[in-house]
Order: sequence, then structure tokens, then C-alpha cells
Amino acid sequence: MLRQLHSLPGLVAALLVAVMALTGAILATDPAQQRLHAVIPADGEMSVADLAGNVAQYYPGVEQIQRAPSGAIIVYFRSGDTSGADLIDPLSGQAITAYETPAFMRWMKNLHRSFFLDTEGRIATGSGAALMLLLAITGALMLADRAGGWRNALGPIRGTTAQRLHGMLGRAALLGLLLSALTGLYMSAGSLGLIPEALEAEPEFPPEEPLAAPLPTHTLAALKAIDLNDLRELVYPYPGDPADYYSVRTDQGAGFVHASSGEMIAFEAHSSARKIYEFIYMLHTGEGLWWLGLLLGLAALTVPVLAVTGTQIWWKRRSGMPTLAHNTPADAADTLILVGSEGNTTWGFARTLHDALTQAGYRVHTAPMNTLASGYRAAKRMLILTATYGDGGPPASATEFLAKLRRFNRTPELRYAVLGFGDRQFPRFCQYALDVDAALLGQGCTPLCPLDMIDRQSPQEFARWGRNLGDVIGTSLQLEHNPERPHTRPMQLAERVEYGADTDTPTTVFRFTAAAPTQKSGILSRLRLRYRLPYFEAGDLVGILPPGSHVPRFYSLASSSKEGILEICVRKHTDGLCSGYLHNLKPGDCIDAFIRPNPEFRPASGKAPVILIGAGTGIGPLAGFIKHNTPHHPMYLYWGGRNPQSDFLYQSELQHYLEDKRLTKLNTAFSRSADSAYVQDRINADNEELRKLIQNGAQILVCGGREMAKGVREVIDDIIAPINASVQMLKAEGRYREDVY
Amino acid sequence: MNAKHLLLPLTIVLALPALSQARPVSFTTELSPYKGDGAYVALYLTDAAGKYKQTLWIAGKKSKYYKHLADWARGSGMKPAEYDGMTGASVSSGTTLKLTLEVADALIDAGYQVHIDTAVEDKRDNRSEVVVPLTTDGAGKPTAGKGYVKSFTYSF
Repeated sequence: MLRQLHSLPGLVAALLVAVMALTGAILATDPAQQRLHAVIPADGEMSVADLAGNVAQYYPGVEQIQRAPSGAIIVYFRSGDTSGADLIDPLSGQAITAYETPAFMRWMKNLHRSFFLDTEGRIATGSGAALMLLLAITGALMLADRAGGWRNALGPIRGTTAQRLHGMLGRAALLGLLLSALTGLYMSAGSLGLIPEALEAEPEFPPEEPLAAPLPTHTLAALKAIDLNDLRELVYPYPGDPADYYSVRTDQGAGFVHASSGEMIAFEAHSSARKIYEFIYMLHTGEGLWWLGLLLGLAALTVPVLAVTGTQIWWKRRSGMPTLAHNTPADAADTLILVGSEGNTTWGFARTLHDALTQAGYRVHTAPMNTLASGYRAAKRMLILTATYGDGGPPASATEFLAKLRRFNRTPELRYAVLGFGDRQFPRFCQYALDVDAALLGQGCTPLCPLDMIDRQSPQEFARWGRNLGDVIGTSLQLEHNPERPHTRPMQLAERVEYGADTDTPTTVFRFTAAAPTQKSGILSRLRLRYRLPYFEAGDLVGILPPGSHVPRFYSLASSSKEGILEICVRKHTDGLCSGYLHNLKPGDCIDAFIRPNPEFRPASGKAPVILIGAGTGIGPLAGFIKHNTPHHPMYLYWGGRNPQSDFLYQSELQHYLEDKRLTKLNTAFSRSADSAYVQDRINADNEELRKLIQNGAQILVCGGREMAKGVREVIDDIIAPINASVQMLKAEGRYREDVY
Repeated sequence: MNAKHLLLPLTIVLALPALSQARPVSFTTELSPYKGDGAYVALYLTDAAGKYKQTLWIAGKKSKYYKHLADWARGSGMKPAEYDGMTGASVSSGTTLKLTLEVADALIDAGYQVHIDTAVEDKRDNRSEVVVPLTTDGAGKPTAGKGYVKSFTYSF
């Protein structure tokens, strides 16, 4: 809900708000530019009468003196037939330069406040301000929601580049954007007449009376009493009209000055409503507060970037979900299908189920698990299809599910069923599905049928579950699932670096480049010289389909697409279908591969230290992180291998990173060496230093096998127990991330 | 208030109940090509001594800016009754404002003067930048203003 409240207005407003923000940012420089040219005497240094005296020396035909909010003094004058306006130095009365609002700024101002369209334009910009306000508020709420509370809202932001950029810029600019939007909205409401406009004091003209000979301006008592820095405008009497007065406006009010007696007449103070309006106007424009103007301008500059990254994020999320025919709105649906998916495979199953139920006449609403509402009016069945991520964790589209479930109001007739997807080869098979099932039971929900699990995307098991479900709900369900082959791209092996080639389980670093099109490629592909690598960063996963298999194997990436190579580190397993396939590749051979983003497993933004822990081929993504640590943030690597002679992966690279300070410290442990140590031993030996690092906000990234990851969790738990912390707590803060296999 | 919209063809009958005779007068105000937004323009009549008599037309819709038409503002006291039904859009740089208004015979050749005040946002205000007697002889003779008005002509 919150996300929709953020992304829908965001998409609508993106262009509108971006134009307003850009023009606003340009306008925001104006007060500072004006301030640069202005000469401003200290308070109490000069009166308006002093100024009039100085001005009279150079401008006998002065008609009007204005003091801009920036402090700039402008004299409007006439000499003979010509008239003009000069920016002057009040201390001397001399011209600094001719004055004119630059046409460019005037153009910008009209674009900013009304798109050159007067009232209709002002309605548009007013709506823009309202949308900006909504976006700033919902954005802040989402940020806090994601971070797990306001206290963590300033912590590191994870996700794809677009997500991190969006979060960090939005957070930095939040206060400025809120202020600009709120004050802008107030000003729009005023100029559109939605709230009464507070005008400046407008005293009645005093009755005309014949005057004695007028005194020189600089001798007038009332003008002597006004400090120059309080002045807004002094209008001289009309030259041909002996009965005319000076009219003067100050920060306090407005009145008239008698030209021969020098007395102030009919002075009227500005109303307090006007003072509030002027304060808000100042906050919005920075006029009279140039530094605030610049800050607001800087904040506004983030808006176009926020618009672009926000649209990217939305698009990515949208394109990640399959298009579903006849997706009934949540409140009207009798059957809910909630999907927990990391890649998109589970979505494929969900679509098959959705289509079958829809065909059978059910009104089905299918959505990610994260969209769980606080209640569904018409729902009788809630079917949850979920994978498990990592070591029993929720997949990407279910990360917020359990928290939302606690606020879920079930209707008495609602029944649920959970179907887990996983791989029996791994421990904690379908653990997250089990957790979800337990949580639903714990909430008092009634199961429709018992928890079931699908091993390795088996279409047969899925069809069997469908028949069971059909029996329970009294409908014949034929679930024929044809797994969609992922959209792969050809990649060509460019280089392989072998470690332990003489052992029976060698490890190899494979470097792929985009493949050159072959004769078999389509015309379009052949027009290009090469295929391009898809976008990825170190820590993302590459899915590789060995020939004859429809189930991809995933490997953590040690490079980013910017480098132009796709690098993985793979150990050959004795019976491994995919690792064997890879190890048989020769340079020049091609594979079919696709990318699965893994944005959670990545060093957080910021300068906090990063502790990298891995064993075996788990070094791959960690080496990638170190390679990209060009800002030289502190990075510590703990890595365990078998044999220092045959097995020291990335040895020369790591030496190089140490020398150029991309890597702060390297700790290795070899199980088949003289001291026969594991990575946990090295961690334990450094317990004091590590505790200090963790206390200082360090983030821990672990990559490797399950057993190793479990051992590392235990030893880290021991190390940080004295400071009342635990791996569980670090995980909740996003400071402990694992990529295990 | 509705009258405002009906008056777009710019034909106005000045309500002067004491005077029965009136005739249409065309007022043509051409602005010079200055750099800036649309100008607020006040056309009004004063007596020979410059004392405000009657509003003819106010170009510019937002009354909060009327104070910048300083002489007119002073004379009329900016009372809505003085200009109600006699307002229109502001006049853009370089364009011409043409009005045909019914003016009472008693105001012609009787020592009354046409005054024009102008104001543009973020630029100077011009009070009485045009002052010409409203006479049969003066008809068709262009006058240059001291501010944004390039030339002003009236004709019967």
C-alpha cells in the first residue's frame, strides 16, 4: 500500500516535479548571486535619509529606491527623456551596474511557478507541490519501514544501484524537499485564492494639503528614523505635484512622509498574517536567506535523479512479475495466491495455478507475498507458493511477509495452504515455507490442506499437489506446468585459470566475454559485432543451463559487467553435472547463461568497515568486492582453503590488492597445511579486533558452504556476546549477509 | 461580477447618471518591446489639476498588484467600486491595447486629462507616464509615454 502510494504518484509526477525542481534549483542560486553583488552596511550604520543623501549626489532625477531582500539597493531614476535603474553602493550612492532582472531568470521563474500558463499552470505546479509532499512523506515512511524502524533509517541502504541511489539521495534531500513542497503548496494555495492572501499594509493616502517648501530628502526626520536594512521601498513625490508625499515601505509596515515637515503620516504595520506569509515566502525562495536557497537548490537537484531511479526501480519490479490475465482486485477475489520468489521460477508455477483456477471460475488475485494486506474482504482461500532463500530465509518478494502477518486480520472463513519450493539436496529444505506455515497456524488460521513441498521444480509433484487441492475445494484442477526456459544470452569462455589441476577436484576461475554472433544468430544479432553482457555486479548470480537440463545452476559472480567480463570460480564436483560441463569447456566455447540479481549480498554504502569471510570458491564474489574497493574503505578478508600450494585462489590478485590498499588485511587458513586451521580459527584469533570493528558498525559478508557459514555464525556469536550483540541482531540490521550453497 | 466577462469586446458604457449624452471613443495604447512580463495598465481621467475623476480601464486581473499603478491607486483609493467591470488581461510587451469606450460628452473638451499608469513585475512602476487632455483637437495625435507606452492615441 505504502509502496503504491509512493510509486504511482511518483510515475505521474516524475516529469512535472523534475521540471519544477530543476527550475527551482536554478532560481535558488539567484539570492546568492544578488548577495554577491550587493554592498550591505551593518545594522544601525545607515538610515534611509543617509542613503537618500548619497543617492542625490549621483541621481538628481531619482524616483524610487528599492532594497531587495538580498540587500541590493536599486535606484530608479529619470534624466531628461531617458529612464533607468541602477544597482548602487549605498555607502557612496554610486552605481555598481545597471539593474535588470535577467531575462533567463524571469523565464525560469515563469516556468517554475506556472509553466507560462497563468492560472491553469499554477494549478499544475500547486498539484506538483502536493505530489512532492506526498512523495517525500511516503518515501520517508518506506525508508524507515525498510530499515526496520526510524532508528535505523540512517543506516546503510542495500539493493541495486538504482535502489541505493534512490534511497541515499532521497534521504539526504528529504528535509529540503519537504520544506520546498510545503512552502510551495502554501504559496500556490495563496495565489490560487484557496486561502486568503495576506497583503502588505496599505495605508490610505493622506488627504492632500498645500505644502510649504519641501525639504531636502536627507533631512527628513521620518527617514532618519528608518534603518537602511529595514527599508523595502521609498517612492519620491511626483516632481510636478507639490502636494505629493513620499511613500515608504519597510519590514515593519508602510506609510507616507510629509515632504516639508518630514513627519511620518498614516503609518500602518504589516499584519501578523503578512509576516507569516513573508517568512514562508523567504523559506521557499531563499530571498533574504541565500544559504538556505542554495541548500534547497541542492536538495532539488536530486529530484530528476530520484525520478529516473524511481522509474527504473518500478520498471524492474514490474517486469519481474509475469503478466497475469484476469487478475482480480484483492478485495473482490475469493482466492488469493501469494508468491514468494527470488528469481522468477516460483512465479511461473503461480501463473499456472492462477490460470487453472481462473478457468475453473474462481476470482483469483495473485500478488507477491510482500503485498499482504491487513485483511481481504471476500477471500476464502489463501494459497501461498514460496521458495526459500539462502539458509532458511525469505525470498525477495516475501521479506516483509511475516511482519505484515502479525497485523493481519483473518476472516473466519479464510483457509490457507502453503506450498514450498526447494531442493532436497540442501539442509533446511523449504525452511521458509515451514516458517510461514507455522506462523499462519500461530495466528489461528485454519489450513485448507497440509503443507506440501516441491523438489527441484518438479512439474509432476506440482500436478499432484494441484489434484489434492482440487479435491479439497471440489474442483478438478489439472496443473500442467511447463517451466519457462530463462531468457539466456550466449557467452564465450575467454580464459580459465586452474588451481589444483592435478587433484581430482580442481577449482577453476572462468572468465567469459560476450559471445560473437554466429551464423545461426538472427539478422539483428549479426548486425552487431558482439552480444553485450547483461548488467550485473559482483555478488550477483549467474544462472547457467548445462545442455539437456532445464534447471539452471547458480554461481556467484566475481566481476561486474563494467569490466566487460563475467568471472566465476567453480570447483569441480565428482558427479557435478554443471561443474563438470564447465570444466570441460575450452577457450572459445560458448555457454547459455542469465543473470539473477542478488542485491542483498553486497557491501553497504558508506565508510563502515567490511569483514569478508569465505571458504573455497566463496572467495569469488569477495575478491570482486575487494577489486572494486577503489575508495579504499577498510576491508578485512578471512578465507579458508585446503592446500596453500595448489589451492590458494586469487593469490596474486589478493597480494596486489593488499599493496594498493584495496584490501586492509588478509587472513588465510589452510586445512591441509602444517597448522591445519580453518577460517573460524583465524576469526577467533582476532576476536578483540573484530569485536571492535563490529562495535564500530562493521558489516559482515559470508560466502561459501553451509557448514562453514554455520561455524562462522557460531564463532561470531561468541565474539560479540560480551557486547550484547548476536548474529541474529546483525542480520536484522542488514549487517550480516550470507551467500551460501 | 458577471459583467466582467461580457465586456471582453471592450465596449463600455460609463455609468454617469447625471449625463445623458455620450459617444464612443477609441483608445489605442501601444507598448514598446521591453523585456519583461505583461504590463498592468491603468487608463483614467483627471481634472486639469491632476485630481482623479474616473477610471476608464484597468489591464491586469490581480488586484493585489494594483497598488503599483501608483497615481491611479492614490486617486481611486483602489476601491473596487471604482473599477468593477472595467478590467481585462494585462498587456504583453510590444502589443497594443485597443479599447472603445462610451465617454460622456461633458468630459470632452472640458479640461479633463487622460492619464496612463503602468507597472511590470520586477521592473519600474510608471505613474502618469502619459498625460494628455481629452479634446476634439487632440484626437488622432499620438503621444509617447515616459515608460512602457510607445504611443497613445484616442479618436472619436
